[in-house]
Amino acid sequence: MRRARQWGPPLALLAIGLALWEVAARVGWVEDYLLPAPSEVARALVEDRELLLDDAWVTGQEVVLGFALALAAGVAIAVGLHLSAVARRAVYPLVVASQAVPVIVIAPILVIWFGFGMTPKLIVIALICFFPIAVNTLDGLRAVDPAQVKMLRTLGAGRWAMLRRLELPSALPYMFSGAKVAVAVAVIGAVFGELVGSDAGLGHAIQVGTAQLLTARVFAAVAILSAMAIALFGLVSLIERRTVPWAGRRRPAV
Amino acid sequence: MSVRAPERESLQADAAPARVAVAVTALTKEFPARRGTVTALDGLSLTVRDDEVLGIVGPSGCGKSTLLEIVAGLEPQSGGEVAVEGRSAPGERLARCVLMPQRDLLLPWRSALDNAGLALELRGVARREARRAAAELFARFGLGEFAAARVDELSGGMRQRVAFARTLLAARPVLLLDEPFASLDAITRAELQEWTRAALADEPRAVLLVTHDIEEALYLCDRVLVLSRRPGTVRAELPGYPVDGRSRRDAVTAAEFTELRHRALEALA
Repeated sequence: MRRARQWGPPLALLAIGLALWEVAARVGWVEDYLLPAPSEVARALVEDRELLLDDAWVTGQEVVLGFALALAAGVAIAVGLHLSAVARRAVYPLVVASQAVPVIVIAPILVIWFGFGMTPKLIVIALICFFPIAVNTLDGLRAVDPAQVKMLRTLGAGRWAMLRRLELPSALPYMFSGAKVAVAVAVIGAVFGELVGSDAGLGHAIQVGTAQLLTARVFAAVAILSAMAIALFGLVSLIERRTVPWAGRRRPAV
Repeated sequence: MSVRAPERESLQADAAPARVAVAVTALTKEFPARRGTVTALDGLSLTVRDDEVLGIVGPSGCGKSTLLEIVAGLEPQSGGEVAVEGRSAPGERLARCVLMPQRDLLLPWRSALDNAGLALELRGVARREARRAAAELFARFGLGEFAAARVDELSGGMRQRVAFARTLLAARPVLLLDEPFASLDAITRAELQEWTRAALADEPRAVLLVTHDIEEALYLCDRVLVLSRRPGTVRAELPGYPVDGRSRRDAVTAAEFTELRHRALEALA
């Protein structure tokens, strides 16, 4: 019952939108090659499934590996910046500056350096994904209750124990917030990396499909990308609930 | 129940003589403020013997918590001398004291038992061994059935007991208690005072208890110092009420207790 109330409205809205779209395309208000009907997209999904699945597999690998890379780099950078005030002053501005350099400039250079393989895609994904993870995790590490720090110090905690027993667990919910933002944009990063230069992947399929006016296939690829983003977001949320169950609970009254 | 300091006077001949565990001499603490400095403590001196509970009572903001943090070596003093078991370096004091704050500060990702065991784990004891030792203490404290409980499942009084178990498991010669019951309701607080008295009597050691509750200080402590408003200095020294096995209710309603409370209130006025 609660599920029906939660999922009912968005599903109904989606159904109405798809129905209107279908009608608009069937009646001929828009040309087929500009906006194919949802049924056409569905047919492309089925007919081109082998091709699309191969591409989805490539893109999926890029997204997962790139995201893993971003997670490792983001947490490592956050911990490094947290532990050293000097590093914070020296490196933090550069971390922020790295986000100001447009990926559109870097991506072609990466292709020149690393070719059409997976490496440039991973770097593009990691570049745009590590930032929300690093910033959120660092905020989490710094948001630790100072009273708790004192408590652990009087119990004999040194720097390492403080990080392991208090700061990292406290920062986990923050890290997950960053990871959820990151995983959603990771898919965009993968497509972008592929558009710049690739021989496989959904981004590649979109590029080829657009050139050949196979609009239905392009839409099918976009649909798969959306599903991938939603699934990954859901997966990260699930891991979050399993790993930091206390974050969702009522904070104990003081 | 083992013997507490006041009752011990007559036994002094055959018991090991009590030593001074904490010595504070002419302690001054100033904080930088927007204009000049604020003096939180001004020439405060006190000693705590290694078998007594010393209470510090004073109005809010008289620097009581600051005093404990300085003794514990967490906060530097502006002037004066502080020694714990004869050592005055902050790091050495930190290694000899454990501070229990007003808030329980339990970690929500640990069970009740593992929160208490944290004190042992931080001393390098393996998790499994820490659990075993904590479970022993839980059983003695009547907390056994709450061992696996999550922190948010515990009542305020239970959380405070777990925090107290954690404090004891740190196994330091000096306990610094900073208003440990201030966040509890009156009934739970009374219950916990009785419980704490028994728990401390089991293992006599130097305890410095800071509170704004005169009754609590007179009931739990062997000696009580009354502090003035900021800057904090000692206004009066009173003996604690000799509870001597009486229940808390009998103790706090006794004529002598009321008399002591009057003297404390006068000193505070």
